[in-house]
Amino acid sequence: MAGSPQGLLARPTLAGHALPAEAYGRDQHHPPCEPEPRPTVPPAGDALFSARSVWLARAGRAILQSVDIDIAEGEILTLIGPNGAGKTTLVRVLLGLEKPDRGTVVRRPGLVVGYVPQRFAIDRAIPLTVARFIELGRRVEDEDAGRALADVGADKLADRQLSELSGGELQRVVLARALVGSPGVLVLDEPARGIDFTGEAELYALIGRLRSERGFGVLLVSHDLHVVMAQSDRVICLNRHVCCSGVPRSVAQHPEYARLFGAQAARALALYQHHHDHRHDLAGEPQTPAGRASDQT
Amino acid sequence: MAEPFLMRALLAGLGLAVVAAPLGCFVVWRRMAYYGEAVAQAGLIGIAVGLALSVNLTASVLAVTVAVSLLLVALSRQQIVPFDALLGLLAHAALAVGVIAASLARGPQLDLMAFLFGDIFAVSASDLRWIYLGGTLALGALIYLWRPLLSLCVHEDLAAAEGAPVERVKLVFVLVLALVVAMAIKIVGVLLTIAFLIMPAAAARPLSETPEQMALFAAIFGSLAVALGLFLSVSFDTPGGPSIVLVLAFLFLAAIFPAVVRGQR
Repeated sequence: MAGSPQGLLARPTLAGHALPAEAYGRDQHHPPCEPEPRPTVPPAGDALFSARSVWLARAGRAILQSVDIDIAEGEILTLIGPNGAGKTTLVRVLLGLEKPDRGTVVRRPGLVVGYVPQRFAIDRAIPLTVARFIELGRRVEDEDAGRALADVGADKLADRQLSELSGGELQRVVLARALVGSPGVLVLDEPARGIDFTGEAELYALIGRLRSERGFGVLLVSHDLHVVMAQSDRVICLNRHVCCSGVPRSVAQHPEYARLFGAQAARALALYQHHHDHRHDLAGEPQTPAGRASDQT
Repeated sequence: MAEPFLMRALLAGLGLAVVAAPLGCFVVWRRMAYYGEAVAQAGLIGIAVGLALSVNLTASVLAVTVAVSLLLVALSRQQIVPFDALLGLLAHAALAVGVIAASLARGPQLDLMAFLFGDIFAVSASDLRWIYLGGTLALGALIYLWRPLLSLCVHEDLAAAEGAPVERVKLVFVLVLALVVAMAIKIVGVLLTIAFLIMPAAAARPLSETPEQMALFAAIFGSLAVALGLFLSVSFDTPGGPSIVLVLAFLFLAAIFPAVVRGQR
Protein backbone atom coordinates (compact mmCIF):
# COMPACT_ATOMS: atom_id res chain seq x y z
CA MET A 1 0.00 0.00 0.00
CA ALA A 2 1.31 3.42 -0.91
CA GLY A 3 0.11 6.03 1.57
CA SER A 4 0.12 5.07 5.21
CA PRO A 5 -3.30 4.88 6.84
CA GLN A 6 -2.14 7.65 9.12
CA GLY A 7 -1.63 9.89 6.11
CA LEU A 8 -5.06 9.06 4.71
CA LEU A 9 -6.85 9.76 7.93
CA ALA A 10 -4.97 12.80 9.11
CA ARG A 11 -7.05 15.91 8.70
CA PRO A 12 -6.64 19.36 10.10
CA THR A 13 -8.77 20.36 13.02
CA LEU A 14 -10.46 23.74 12.93
CA ALA A 15 -10.91 23.02 9.25
CA GLY A 16 -11.76 25.91 7.02
CA HIS A 17 -10.69 28.66 9.35
CA ALA A 18 -7.69 30.83 8.84
CA LEU A 19 -5.67 30.36 11.96
CA PRO A 20 -3.04 32.52 13.55
CA ALA A 21 0.35 30.86 13.30
CA GLU A 22 0.43 29.88 16.95
CA ALA A 23 -2.85 28.00 16.61
CA TYR A 24 -1.24 25.28 14.52
CA GLY A 25 0.70 24.20 17.56
CA ARG A 26 -2.63 23.35 19.16
CA ASP A 27 -3.29 20.40 16.92
CA GLN A 28 -0.49 18.45 18.57
CA HIS A 29 -1.08 16.21 21.48
CA HIS A 30 -0.24 19.02 23.85
CA PRO A 31 -3.05 21.56 23.71
CA PRO A 32 -2.28 24.78 25.52
CA CYS A 33 -4.85 24.29 28.23
CA GLU A 34 -4.37 20.83 29.62
CA PRO A 35 -7.21 19.24 31.53
CA GLU A 36 -6.56 20.40 35.05
CA PRO A 37 -5.83 17.65 37.49
CA ARG A 38 -8.75 17.68 39.87
CA PRO A 39 -10.28 15.32 42.32
CA THR A 40 -12.77 12.94 40.73
CA VAL A 41 -16.23 14.14 41.57
CA PRO A 42 -18.85 11.42 41.79
CA PRO A 43 -21.61 11.63 39.15
CA ALA A 44 -24.26 14.12 40.16
CA GLY A 45 -27.19 12.10 41.45
CA ASP A 46 -29.87 14.59 40.51
CA ALA A 47 -28.55 15.31 37.00
CA LEU A 48 -30.30 14.27 33.79
CA PHE A 49 -27.00 13.25 32.29
CA SER A 50 -23.78 13.04 34.20
CA ALA A 51 -20.47 12.11 32.61
CA ARG A 52 -17.17 11.72 34.41
CA SER A 53 -13.62 11.52 33.02
CA VAL A 54 -14.73 10.60 29.53
CA TRP A 55 -11.83 9.71 27.22
CA LEU A 56 -12.23 8.78 23.62
CA ALA A 57 -9.76 8.39 20.75
CA ARG A 58 -10.38 7.51 17.12
CA ALA A 59 -7.68 6.38 14.70
CA GLY A 60 -5.01 7.28 17.24
CA ARG A 61 -6.29 10.81 17.64
CA ALA A 62 -7.61 12.02 20.97
CA ILE A 63 -11.11 13.42 20.61
CA LEU A 64 -12.27 13.68 24.20
CA GLN A 65 -9.87 14.02 27.10
CA SER A 66 -11.15 13.65 30.62
CA VAL A 67 -14.45 15.41 30.03
CA ASP A 68 -16.86 15.96 32.90
CA ILE A 69 -20.34 17.25 32.18
CA ASP A 70 -23.65 17.42 34.06
CA ILE A 71 -27.00 18.58 32.79
CA ALA A 72 -29.37 19.66 35.51
CA GLU A 73 -33.12 19.49 35.35
CA GLY A 74 -34.62 22.45 33.50
CA GLU A 75 -31.38 24.14 32.56
CA ILE A 76 -30.16 25.17 29.12
CA LEU A 77 -26.58 24.09 28.86
CA THR A 78 -24.72 25.23 25.77
CA LEU A 79 -21.70 23.38 24.50
CA ILE A 80 -19.47 25.51 22.34
CA GLY A 81 -16.12 24.90 20.73
CA PRO A 82 -14.36 25.17 17.38
CA ASN A 83 -14.84 22.61 14.60
CA GLY A 84 -13.23 19.34 15.54
CA ALA A 85 -13.46 20.06 19.25
CA GLY A 86 -15.43 16.88 19.91
CA LYS A 87 -18.83 18.47 20.59
CA THR A 88 -20.83 16.05 18.48
CA THR A 89 -18.80 13.11 19.77
CA LEU A 90 -19.53 14.13 23.35
CA VAL A 91 -23.23 14.34 22.54
CA ARG A 92 -23.11 10.89 20.97
CA VAL A 93 -21.37 9.51 24.03
CA LEU A 94 -24.03 11.01 26.31
CA LEU A 95 -26.79 9.52 24.15
CA GLY A 96 -25.14 6.11 24.21
CA LEU A 97 -24.50 6.14 20.44
CA GLU A 98 -20.80 5.84 21.04
CA LYS A 99 -18.87 4.08 23.81
CA PRO A 100 -16.11 6.06 25.50
CA ASP A 101 -12.73 4.38 25.92
CA ARG A 102 -12.75 5.34 29.58
CA GLY A 103 -15.08 7.14 31.93
CA THR A 104 -18.67 6.82 33.02
CA VAL A 105 -21.92 8.21 31.71
CA VAL A 106 -24.94 8.12 33.99
CA ARG A 107 -28.37 8.84 32.65
CA ARG A 108 -31.36 9.39 34.89
CA PRO A 109 -33.47 6.21 34.79
CA GLY A 110 -36.56 6.58 32.63
CA LEU A 111 -35.34 9.82 31.08
CA VAL A 112 -37.08 10.55 27.78
CA VAL A 113 -34.67 12.18 25.33
CA GLY A 114 -35.73 14.38 22.44
CA TYR A 115 -32.86 14.42 19.97
CA VAL A 116 -32.24 16.71 17.03
CA PRO A 117 -29.18 15.34 15.22
CA GLN A 118 -26.65 17.59 13.55
CA ARG A 119 -27.47 16.83 9.95
CA PHE A 120 -30.89 15.55 9.20
CA ALA A 121 -30.76 14.72 5.53
CA ILE A 122 -34.16 13.82 4.13
CA ASP A 123 -34.16 10.54 2.37
CA ARG A 124 -36.38 11.15 -0.62
CA ALA A 125 -36.48 7.44 -1.33
CA ILE A 126 -38.91 6.96 1.57
CA PRO A 127 -42.45 8.27 1.05
CA LEU A 128 -43.39 9.68 4.45
CA THR A 129 -45.72 12.40 5.62
CA VAL A 130 -44.76 14.78 8.41
CA ALA A 131 -47.47 13.32 10.68
CA ARG A 132 -46.18 9.82 10.11
CA PHE A 133 -42.59 10.90 10.74
CA ILE A 134 -43.59 12.41 14.10
CA GLU A 135 -45.08 9.14 15.34
CA LEU A 136 -42.53 6.85 13.72
CA GLY A 137 -41.31 4.03 15.92
CA ARG A 138 -43.46 4.83 18.96
CA ARG A 139 -46.99 5.29 20.17
CA VAL A 140 -48.01 8.93 19.98
CA GLU A 141 -51.34 10.56 20.81
CA ASP A 142 -52.62 12.70 17.94
CA GLU A 143 -53.10 15.51 20.41
CA ASP A 144 -49.48 15.38 21.54
CA ALA A 145 -48.20 15.38 17.96
CA GLY A 146 -50.51 18.26 17.01
CA ARG A 147 -49.37 20.32 19.96
CA ALA A 148 -45.69 19.73 19.16
CA LEU A 149 -46.21 20.81 15.56
CA ALA A 150 -48.14 23.89 16.69
CA ASP A 151 -45.41 24.75 19.19
CA VAL A 152 -42.82 25.00 16.43
CA GLY A 153 -45.24 26.72 14.05
CA ALA A 154 -45.46 23.74 11.71
CA ASP A 155 -49.09 22.69 12.21
CA LYS A 156 -49.88 23.30 8.53
CA LEU A 157 -47.22 20.83 7.46
CA ALA A 158 -48.74 17.67 8.96
CA ASP A 159 -49.97 16.20 5.67
CA ARG A 160 -47.01 17.23 3.55
CA GLN A 161 -44.41 14.78 2.33
CA LEU A 162 -41.11 15.05 4.19
CA SER A 163 -39.32 15.21 0.86
CA GLU A 164 -41.15 18.43 -0.09
CA LEU A 165 -40.04 20.47 2.92
CA SER A 166 -37.52 23.27 2.83
CA GLY A 167 -34.49 23.14 5.12
CA GLY A 168 -36.08 25.43 7.69
CA GLU A 169 -39.40 23.57 7.65
CA LEU A 170 -37.64 20.25 8.06
CA GLN A 171 -35.69 21.59 11.01
CA ARG A 172 -38.92 22.63 12.72
CA VAL A 173 -40.47 19.23 12.07
CA VAL A 174 -37.46 17.41 13.51
CA LEU A 175 -37.69 19.67 16.56
CA ALA A 176 -41.41 18.91 16.85
CA ARG A 177 -40.62 15.21 16.79
CA ALA A 178 -38.16 15.72 19.64
CA LEU A 179 -40.85 17.52 21.67
CA VAL A 180 -43.33 14.63 21.47
CA GLY A 181 -43.60 12.23 24.39
CA SER A 182 -42.85 14.73 27.20
CA PRO A 183 -39.05 14.61 27.00
CA GLY A 184 -37.06 15.33 30.16
CA VAL A 185 -34.22 16.66 28.07
CA LEU A 186 -33.77 18.00 24.55
CA VAL A 187 -30.45 17.38 22.88
CA LEU A 188 -29.93 19.74 19.96
CA ASP A 189 -26.77 19.39 17.91
CA GLU A 190 -26.28 22.61 15.96
CA PRO A 191 -29.99 22.85 15.23
CA ALA A 192 -29.58 26.05 13.23
CA ARG A 193 -27.37 24.57 10.55
CA GLY A 194 -28.62 25.67 7.16
CA ILE A 195 -30.97 28.27 8.59
CA ASP A 196 -30.35 31.95 7.96
CA PHE A 197 -29.32 34.27 10.73
CA THR A 198 -32.78 35.61 11.60
CA GLY A 199 -34.19 32.10 11.59
CA GLU A 200 -31.40 31.03 13.89
CA ALA A 201 -32.15 33.71 16.48
CA GLU A 202 -35.86 32.85 16.25
CA LEU A 203 -35.17 29.16 16.73
CA TYR A 204 -33.18 29.76 19.90
CA ALA A 205 -35.85 32.10 21.24
CA LEU A 206 -38.39 29.34 20.59
CA ILE A 207 -36.30 26.78 22.44
CA GLY A 208 -35.96 29.17 25.37
CA ARG A 209 -39.71 29.74 25.45
CA LEU A 210 -40.54 26.01 25.27
CA ARG A 211 -38.11 25.31 28.08
CA SER A 212 -39.90 27.87 30.28
CA GLU A 213 -43.29 26.33 29.45
CA ARG A 214 -42.39 22.69 29.73
CA GLY A 215 -39.43 22.70 32.08
CA PHE A 216 -37.22 20.20 30.26
CA GLY A 217 -33.46 20.43 30.30
CA VAL A 218 -31.68 21.38 27.08
CA LEU A 219 -28.24 20.46 25.85
CA LEU A 220 -27.49 22.76 22.96
CA VAL A 221 -24.45 22.44 20.74
CA SER A 222 -23.29 25.55 18.96
CA HIS A 223 -20.13 26.83 17.36
CA ASP A 224 -21.12 30.38 18.10
CA LEU A 225 -21.71 31.57 21.65
CA HIS A 226 -23.25 34.91 20.86
CA VAL A 227 -26.42 33.82 19.12
CA VAL A 228 -27.29 31.44 21.93
CA MET A 229 -26.03 33.56 24.77
CA ALA A 230 -29.33 35.09 25.80
CA GLN A 231 -30.97 31.66 26.09
CA SER A 232 -28.22 29.79 27.90
CA ASP A 233 -28.04 29.27 31.64
CA ARG A 234 -24.61 27.76 31.52
CA VAL A 235 -21.90 27.35 28.90
CA ILE A 236 -19.20 24.75 28.55
CA CYS A 237 -16.41 25.56 26.19
CA LEU A 238 -14.96 22.37 24.77
CA ASN A 239 -11.76 21.79 22.89
CA ARG A 240 -11.39 18.05 23.41
CA HIS A 241 -11.42 18.80 27.11
CA VAL A 242 -13.45 21.32 29.05
CA CYS A 243 -11.54 24.58 28.64
CA CYS A 244 -13.80 26.74 30.69
CA SER A 245 -17.37 26.81 31.86
CA GLY A 246 -19.79 29.05 33.66
CA VAL A 247 -22.52 31.59 32.95
CA PRO A 248 -22.40 32.87 29.36
CA ARG A 249 -20.91 36.24 30.21
CA SER A 250 -18.04 34.84 32.19
CA VAL A 251 -17.20 32.36 29.46
CA ALA A 252 -17.26 35.07 26.80
CA GLN A 253 -14.69 36.99 28.83
CA HIS A 254 -12.58 34.00 29.72
CA PRO A 255 -9.04 34.13 28.33
CA GLU A 256 -9.32 30.51 27.15
CA TYR A 257 -12.43 31.40 25.16
CA ALA A 258 -10.71 34.37 23.56
CA ARG A 259 -7.70 32.21 22.76
CA LEU A 260 -9.85 29.51 21.22
CA PHE A 261 -12.04 31.73 19.11
CA GLY A 262 -9.89 34.82 18.73
CA ALA A 263 -10.78 37.16 15.90
CA GLN A 264 -13.59 34.91 14.73
CA ALA A 265 -15.54 35.44 17.94
CA ALA A 266 -15.04 39.18 17.85
CA ARG A 267 -16.39 39.24 14.33
CA ALA A 268 -19.42 37.16 15.28
CA LEU A 269 -20.04 39.52 18.15
CA ALA A 270 -19.91 42.54 15.85
CA LEU A 271 -22.38 40.86 13.52
CA TYR A 272 -24.67 40.06 16.37
CA GLN A 273 -24.64 43.63 17.59
CA HIS A 274 -25.22 44.95 14.14
CA HIS A 275 -28.17 42.68 13.65
CA HIS A 276 -29.83 43.77 16.84
CA ASP A 277 -29.41 47.53 16.92
CA HIS A 278 -29.64 47.97 13.14
CA ARG A 279 -26.95 50.53 13.18
CA HIS A 280 -25.20 51.00 9.88
CA ASP A 281 -21.79 51.99 11.01
CA LEU A 282 -19.97 53.28 7.95
CA ALA A 283 -16.61 53.04 9.60
CA GLY A 284 -17.38 49.44 10.47
CA GLU A 285 -15.39 49.73 13.68
CA PRO A 286 -16.61 47.24 16.24
CA GLN A 287 -16.68 48.31 19.85
CA THR A 288 -14.56 46.45 22.35
CA PRO A 289 -15.98 42.92 22.37
CA ALA A 290 -15.84 42.45 26.12
CA GLY A 291 -17.75 45.63 26.82
CA ARG A 292 -20.35 44.74 24.23
CA ALA A 293 -20.77 41.23 25.51
CA SER A 294 -21.62 42.45 28.98
CA ASP A 295 -24.50 44.49 27.60
CA GLN A 296 -26.36 41.49 26.45
CA THR A 297 -27.54 39.46 29.35
CA MET B 1 -51.23 -22.67 -19.57
CA ALA B 2 -51.86 -25.79 -17.48
CA GLU B 3 -48.45 -27.32 -18.06
CA PRO B 4 -47.08 -28.29 -14.59
CA PHE B 5 -43.66 -26.73 -15.19
CA LEU B 6 -45.34 -23.48 -16.15
CA MET B 7 -47.59 -23.54 -13.08
CA ARG B 8 -44.56 -24.15 -10.85
CA ALA B 9 -42.70 -21.31 -12.53
CA LEU B 10 -45.63 -18.97 -12.02
CA LEU B 11 -46.15 -19.98 -8.39
CA ALA B 12 -42.44 -19.60 -7.65
CA GLY B 13 -42.27 -16.19 -9.33
CA LEU B 14 -45.38 -14.84 -7.63
CA GLY B 15 -44.29 -16.10 -4.20
CA LEU B 16 -40.94 -14.44 -4.64
CA ALA B 17 -42.47 -11.20 -5.93
CA VAL B 18 -44.60 -10.84 -2.78
CA VAL B 19 -41.62 -11.34 -0.44
CA ALA B 20 -39.25 -9.29 -2.58
CA ALA B 21 -41.57 -6.25 -2.52
CA PRO B 22 -41.20 -5.12 1.11
CA LEU B 23 -37.63 -6.39 1.27
CA GLY B 24 -36.76 -4.51 -1.92
CA CYS B 25 -38.20 -1.31 -0.43
CA PHE B 26 -35.86 -1.61 2.53
CA VAL B 27 -32.93 -2.38 0.23
CA VAL B 28 -33.72 0.82 -1.70
CA TRP B 29 -34.28 2.91 1.44
CA ARG B 30 -31.15 1.66 3.13
CA ARG B 31 -29.04 2.08 -0.03
CA MET B 32 -28.11 -1.59 0.06
CA ALA B 33 -28.44 -2.45 -3.64
CA TYR B 34 -24.72 -3.11 -4.00
CA TYR B 35 -24.62 -4.91 -0.72
CA GLY B 36 -27.30 -7.26 -2.03
CA GLU B 37 -25.46 -7.58 -5.33
CA ALA B 38 -22.31 -8.72 -3.53
CA VAL B 39 -24.28 -11.26 -1.48
CA ALA B 40 -26.07 -12.55 -4.58
CA GLN B 41 -22.89 -12.96 -6.60
CA ALA B 42 -21.33 -14.82 -3.72
CA GLY B 43 -24.24 -17.21 -4.13
CA LEU B 44 -22.38 -18.73 -7.06
CA ILE B 45 -19.78 -20.01 -4.61
CA GLY B 46 -22.63 -21.69 -2.78
CA ILE B 47 -23.74 -23.35 -6.00
CA ALA B 48 -20.19 -24.62 -6.61
CA VAL B 49 -19.97 -25.95 -3.06
CA GLY B 50 -23.35 -27.63 -3.43
CA LEU B 51 -22.33 -29.26 -6.72
CA ALA B 52 -19.02 -30.46 -5.28
CA LEU B 53 -20.61 -31.92 -2.16
CA SER B 54 -23.81 -33.06 -3.94
CA VAL B 55 -26.06 -31.39 -1.39
CA ASN B 56 -29.25 -29.38 -1.91
CA LEU B 57 -28.19 -26.28 -3.83
CA THR B 58 -30.59 -23.91 -2.08
CA ALA B 59 -29.17 -25.02 1.28
CA SER B 60 -25.56 -24.56 0.22
CA VAL B 61 -26.34 -21.19 -1.39
CA LEU B 62 -28.10 -20.09 1.80
CA ALA B 63 -25.09 -21.09 3.90
CA VAL B 64 -22.81 -18.98 1.70
CA THR B 65 -25.10 -15.93 1.48
CA VAL B 66 -25.48 -15.90 5.28
CA ALA B 67 -21.72 -16.25 5.78
CA VAL B 68 -20.96 -13.48 3.29
CA SER B 69 -23.60 -11.20 4.86
CA LEU B 70 -22.00 -11.57 8.27
CA LEU B 71 -18.55 -10.99 6.77
CA LEU B 72 -19.80 -7.79 5.13
CA VAL B 73 -21.33 -6.56 8.39
CA ALA B 74 -17.95 -7.04 10.05
CA LEU B 75 -16.10 -5.35 7.18
CA SER B 76 -18.47 -2.37 7.14
CA ARG B 77 -17.02 -1.29 10.49
CA GLN B 78 -13.59 -0.43 9.04
CA GLN B 79 -13.19 2.87 7.25
CA ILE B 80 -9.90 2.67 5.38
CA VAL B 81 -11.47 1.32 2.20
CA PRO B 82 -14.83 2.89 1.25
CA PHE B 83 -17.64 0.38 1.62
CA ASP B 84 -18.91 0.67 -1.97
CA ALA B 85 -15.43 -0.07 -3.31
CA LEU B 86 -15.24 -3.03 -0.97
CA LEU B 87 -18.61 -4.31 -2.19
CA GLY B 88 -17.58 -4.00 -5.82
CA LEU B 89 -14.37 -5.82 -5.06
CA LEU B 90 -16.06 -8.61 -3.13
CA ALA B 91 -18.90 -9.08 -5.61
CA HIS B 92 -16.53 -9.69 -8.47
CA ALA B 93 -14.04 -11.70 -6.46
CA ALA B 94 -16.97 -13.91 -5.43
CA LEU B 95 -18.13 -14.19 -9.03
CA ALA B 96 -14.63 -15.20 -10.15
CA VAL B 97 -14.27 -17.75 -7.37
CA GLY B 98 -17.78 -19.03 -8.06
CA VAL B 99 -17.28 -19.48 -11.81
CA ILE B 100 -13.93 -21.22 -11.33
CA ALA B 101 -15.20 -23.44 -8.53
CA ALA B 102 -18.35 -24.33 -10.44
CA SER B 103 -16.43 -25.34 -13.56
CA LEU B 104 -13.98 -27.36 -11.45
CA ALA B 105 -16.87 -29.06 -9.69
CA ARG B 106 -18.74 -29.99 -12.82
CA GLY B 107 -16.25 -29.65 -15.64
CA PRO B 108 -16.44 -27.22 -18.55
CA GLN B 109 -19.80 -28.59 -19.79
CA LEU B 110 -21.57 -26.98 -16.86
CA ASP B 111 -24.45 -24.73 -17.89
CA LEU B 112 -23.32 -21.57 -16.16
CA MET B 113 -26.07 -19.54 -17.81
CA ALA B 114 -28.69 -21.28 -15.70
CA PHE B 115 -26.94 -20.15 -12.53
CA LEU B 116 -26.11 -16.64 -13.70
CA PHE B 117 -29.56 -15.83 -15.08
CA GLY B 118 -31.72 -18.42 -13.39
CA ASP B 119 -33.87 -21.18 -14.76
CA ILE B 120 -37.39 -20.52 -13.63
CA PHE B 121 -38.86 -23.29 -15.79
CA ALA B 122 -36.69 -25.84 -13.97
CA VAL B 123 -38.26 -25.04 -10.59
CA SER B 124 -39.08 -28.32 -8.84
CA ALA B 125 -41.73 -29.07 -6.23
CA SER B 126 -38.97 -29.09 -3.61
CA ASP B 127 -37.76 -25.64 -4.77
CA LEU B 128 -41.31 -24.42 -4.45
CA ARG B 129 -41.49 -25.67 -0.87
CA TRP B 130 -38.27 -23.79 -0.08
CA ILE B 131 -39.64 -20.62 -1.59
CA TYR B 132 -42.94 -20.73 0.27
CA LEU B 133 -41.47 -21.80 3.62
CA GLY B 134 -38.57 -19.37 3.42
CA GLY B 135 -40.81 -16.68 2.00
CA THR B 136 -43.29 -16.98 4.85
CA LEU B 137 -40.46 -16.79 7.36
CA ALA B 138 -38.93 -13.74 5.65
CA LEU B 139 -42.25 -11.95 5.28
CA GLY B 140 -43.13 -12.65 8.93
CA ALA B 141 -39.79 -11.23 10.08
CA LEU B 142 -40.23 -8.10 7.94
CA ILE B 143 -43.73 -7.45 9.24
CA TYR B 144 -42.61 -8.01 12.82
CA LEU B 145 -39.66 -5.61 12.40
CA TRP B 146 -41.49 -3.14 10.18
CA ARG B 147 -41.57 -0.20 12.61
CA PRO B 148 -38.01 -0.33 13.92
CA LEU B 149 -36.72 -1.01 10.40
CA LEU B 150 -38.54 2.01 9.09
CA SER B 151 -37.17 4.22 11.88
CA LEU B 152 -33.73 2.92 11.04
CA CYS B 153 -34.14 3.82 7.37
CA VAL B 154 -35.28 7.35 8.19
CA HIS B 155 -32.46 8.12 10.61
CA GLU B 156 -30.33 5.53 12.28
CA ASP B 157 -28.91 7.68 15.07
CA LEU B 158 -32.31 9.08 15.91
CA ALA B 159 -33.71 5.56 16.18
CA ALA B 160 -30.80 4.48 18.36
CA ALA B 161 -31.06 7.54 20.61
CA GLU B 162 -34.73 6.78 21.11
CA GLY B 163 -33.92 3.28 22.23
CA ALA B 164 -34.60 1.14 19.13
CA PRO B 165 -32.51 -2.07 19.19
CA VAL B 166 -30.65 -0.90 16.09
CA GLU B 167 -27.85 -3.48 15.91
CA ARG B 168 -30.18 -6.43 16.42
CA VAL B 169 -32.67 -5.19 13.83
CA LYS B 170 -29.88 -4.63 11.30
CA LEU B 171 -28.57 -8.13 11.88
CA VAL B 172 -31.97 -9.76 11.41
CA PHE B 173 -32.48 -7.68 8.29
CA VAL B 174 -29.26 -8.84 6.60
CA LEU B 175 -30.14 -12.43 7.48
CA VAL B 176 -33.59 -12.05 5.89
CA LEU B 177 -31.92 -10.53 2.84
CA ALA B 178 -29.52 -13.48 2.65
CA LEU B 179 -32.45 -15.89 2.85
CA VAL B 180 -34.48 -14.24 0.10
CA VAL B 181 -31.44 -13.86 -2.14
CA ALA B 182 -30.71 -17.56 -1.75
CA MET B 183 -34.30 -18.35 -2.76
CA ALA B 184 -34.29 -15.97 -5.70
CA ILE B 185 -31.05 -17.25 -7.23
CA LYS B 186 -32.78 -20.42 -8.46
CA ILE B 187 -35.37 -18.34 -10.26
CA VAL B 188 -33.62 -15.28 -11.64
CA GLY B 189 -29.98 -16.25 -11.18
CA VAL B 190 -26.99 -14.73 -9.45
CA LEU B 191 -26.85 -11.68 -11.71
CA LEU B 192 -30.53 -10.69 -11.80
CA THR B 193 -31.56 -11.31 -8.18
CA ILE B 194 -30.99 -7.76 -7.03
CA ALA B 195 -32.85 -6.38 -10.03
CA PHE B 196 -35.83 -8.47 -8.96
CA LEU B 197 -35.60 -6.90 -5.49
CA ILE B 198 -35.06 -3.25 -6.27
CA MET B 199 -36.89 -2.70 -9.56
CA PRO B 200 -40.45 -3.20 -8.27
CA ALA B 201 -39.67 -0.96 -5.26
CA ALA B 202 -38.14 1.74 -7.45
CA ALA B 203 -41.12 1.62 -9.82
CA ALA B 204 -43.50 1.93 -6.86
CA ARG B 205 -41.77 4.98 -5.35
CA PRO B 206 -43.22 7.75 -7.58
CA LEU B 207 -46.77 6.49 -6.99
CA SER B 208 -46.56 6.13 -3.22
CA GLU B 209 -47.46 8.43 -0.34
CA THR B 210 -46.65 6.03 2.49
CA PRO B 211 -44.05 3.30 3.02
CA GLU B 212 -46.77 0.64 3.14
CA GLN B 213 -48.21 1.80 -0.17
CA MET B 214 -44.78 1.53 -1.71
CA ALA B 215 -44.44 -2.10 -0.55
CA LEU B 216 -47.92 -2.90 -1.85
CA PHE B 217 -47.34 -1.32 -5.27
CA ALA B 218 -44.00 -3.11 -5.45
CA ALA B 219 -45.76 -6.43 -4.86
CA ILE B 220 -48.27 -5.64 -7.61
CA PHE B 221 -45.54 -4.61 -10.06
CA GLY B 222 -43.47 -7.67 -9.20
CA SER B 223 -46.40 -10.07 -9.69
CA LEU B 224 -47.40 -8.36 -12.90
CA ALA B 225 -43.86 -8.62 -14.21
CA VAL B 226 -43.66 -12.32 -13.34
CA ALA B 227 -46.93 -13.10 -15.17
CA LEU B 228 -46.11 -10.94 -18.19
CA GLY B 229 -42.48 -12.05 -18.30
CA LEU B 230 -43.42 -15.73 -18.28
CA PHE B 231 -46.00 -15.12 -20.97
CA LEU B 232 -43.40 -13.38 -23.15
CA SER B 233 -40.88 -16.07 -22.43
CA VAL B 234 -43.25 -18.85 -23.51
CA SER B 235 -44.58 -16.91 -26.53
CA PHE B 236 -41.24 -15.82 -27.94
CA ASP B 237 -39.04 -18.51 -26.47
CA THR B 238 -36.91 -16.00 -24.55
CA PRO B 239 -35.11 -16.85 -21.27
CA GLY B 240 -37.47 -16.58 -18.26
CA GLY B 241 -35.52 -14.53 -15.71
CA PRO B 242 -34.31 -11.86 -18.16
CA SER B 243 -37.85 -11.57 -19.61
CA ILE B 244 -39.24 -10.78 -16.12
CA VAL B 245 -36.50 -8.23 -15.49
CA LEU B 246 -37.16 -6.62 -18.87
CA VAL B 247 -40.84 -6.17 -18.01
CA LEU B 248 -39.80 -4.67 -14.67
CA ALA B 249 -37.54 -2.21 -16.46
CA PHE B 250 -40.44 -1.07 -18.64
CA LEU B 251 -42.73 -0.78 -15.63
CA PHE B 252 -40.11 1.35 -13.89
CA LEU B 253 -39.75 3.65 -16.90
CA ALA B 254 -43.50 4.04 -17.20
CA ALA B 255 -43.81 4.85 -13.48
CA ILE B 256 -40.96 7.36 -13.35
CA PHE B 257 -41.79 9.02 -16.68
CA PRO B 258 -44.52 11.43 -15.47
CA ALA B 259 -42.31 12.65 -12.62
CA VAL B 260 -39.41 13.23 -15.01
CA VAL B 261 -41.64 15.12 -17.45
CA ARG B 262 -42.92 17.35 -14.64
CA GLY B 263 -39.29 17.99 -13.76
CA GLN B 264 -40.00 16.84 -10.24
CA ARG B 265 -37.99 14.97 -7.64
